[in-house]
Amino acid sequence: MLNWANLVSQLFNGLATGALLALIASGLTIIYGTLGVLNLAHGAMFMLGGYAGWVVYQWTGSFALAVLGASAFLVIVGAILELVVIRRFYGRPGEDQILVTFGLGIVIVELVRRAFGSLSLTLPAPAWASGITSLGFMLYPTYRIALIGIVAAALLALYFVLYRTKLGLIVRAGIEDAGMVDILGVDVGKVFMVVFGIGAMAAGFAGAVNAPVVSLTPDGGDAILIETFVVVVIGGVGSFFGAVLGGLIAGEILSLTSMVDPAYSQFALFAAMTLVLVFRPQGLLGAAGRE
Amino acid sequence: MAKPGETLLAVEGLNSYYGDSHILFDVAMTVARGEVVALLGRNGAGKSTTMKSLMGAVRPRSGSVKLEGEDLAGRKPHRIAAAGIQLVPEERRVFGSLNVEENIVLAGVSAPARWPLDRVYAMFPRLKERRLSRGTDLSGGEQQMLAIARALARDPKIVLLDEPFEGLAPIIVHELVRTVHELAAAGQTIVVVEQNLAAALGLASRAYVLNNGHVVYEGTTAELRATPDVLHRYLGV
Repeated sequence: MLNWANLVSQLFNGLATGALLALIASGLTIIYGTLGVLNLAHGAMFMLGGYAGWVVYQWTGSFALAVLGASAFLVIVGAILELVVIRRFYGRPGEDQILVTFGLGIVIVELVRRAFGSLSLTLPAPAWASGITSLGFMLYPTYRIALIGIVAAALLALYFVLYRTKLGLIVRAGIEDAGMVDILGVDVGKVFMVVFGIGAMAAGFAGAVNAPVVSLTPDGGDAILIETFVVVVIGGVGSFFGAVLGGLIAGEILSLTSMVDPAYSQFALFAAMTLVLVFRPQGLLGAAGRE
Repeated sequence: MAKPGETLLAVEGLNSYYGDSHILFDVAMTVARGEVVALLGRNGAGKSTTMKSLMGAVRPRSGSVKLEGEDLAGRKPHRIAAAGIQLVPEERRVFGSLNVEENIVLAGVSAPARWPLDRVYAMFPRLKERRLSRGTDLSGGEQQMLAIARALARDPKIVLLDEPFEGLAPIIVHELVRTVHELAAAGQTIVVVEQNLAAALGLASRAYVLNNGHVVYEGTTAELRATPDVLHRYLGV
């Protein structure tokens, strides 16, 4: 039952899932780190990215344009939500923020259900990445291999923005002490809007590139939201590298346990989170004092 | 156009609250261009609240904060910073996850005018040595140098130093006092809050004494030294 080809294949699946979780979680973690708002609509952003990609694909027939269009759409949706709704909740208790983002998530899911119905939609993989590739020792769907590369490139782009640009400098400082960034002359209100937009874009991009390997449904973001939270807790709130590490760990845990018994994969994920919380409450790469 | 001696900052009728508690009562003060003014008083007298109110980090409920005649009261900190007031907060608030140079660069990002890095490092050679160290790895004295360097990098019209020598070893205090003297000699306008009375009186030419949120004394530091009952009553010396 346990053979090498199977194990390697599952490790690969874990890598693909993990990279995707890392990308979604990095969006969630920079939003929470900078704005202090736990965005429970983040799963809905992921789902919306898939649908936006599907719509653009219907118009253009181009997968690349579908992904770009979905990303652009989610930046705008994120920025508008911040400007119109989230902004009014910074000074309010955490429960209010959780309730309002939870509510926004429901509204987005139901709007999508109303517009597209509950039946699942599919977005085909691009022609250059369809079919199956032989890796010598095993056969693997080509698009899943491409997906790992695409998501890795997106994470690299996010890294570049965060660590090599002035905007990234402001965001990293804002994660630590937004009030001091304001005192140093930067309009943090604008920065918050941009961060929420970028965070939503990370989820939307992930939703679009993941669409060819799943069926799109309005509830498609619910499960991923919970897994993403676990990733952020494991990696450390506000830490980009923590989100990447946590994502990869979570992906492999989900994948390897489902090889033994899929019923235990969620259990194993939460068990791992519990262990981290017991031994390192700030998360693997989180700064102490931000628990 | 900018002559030393003319009024740079004029504060009038400033009232600030924390929630329902009234902290500042009609605080008034003026600072001339190129002047170093000390804000003195016991713990809880309202010194830090005054500094935060000038920066906009605490929003005053009434009163005016005029910089070169333009009223800044009620504006957000980033707009007050853009106008040329720069607070070096008591807690220093150095970004621990950023290195020394990133801290300084960040401060200059939105500044209308800024000091080149070389000029900052010439004033704080220690920071140049540690330019790639993260904020969390700095000693208390180095963090204070960085906090001041960050403010200067924005080439502000007026620097507000809140307890710059607090909790530092005497040798570091000595070094920082010299730096602040150099700044003052170069014409930098400074308001300094300091518990260390000797250091504060040594730096400033004029002082305001706060008690329970009221200005109870203002005068030159020479006059204040010659007024032992004020020193005794409000500063416990």
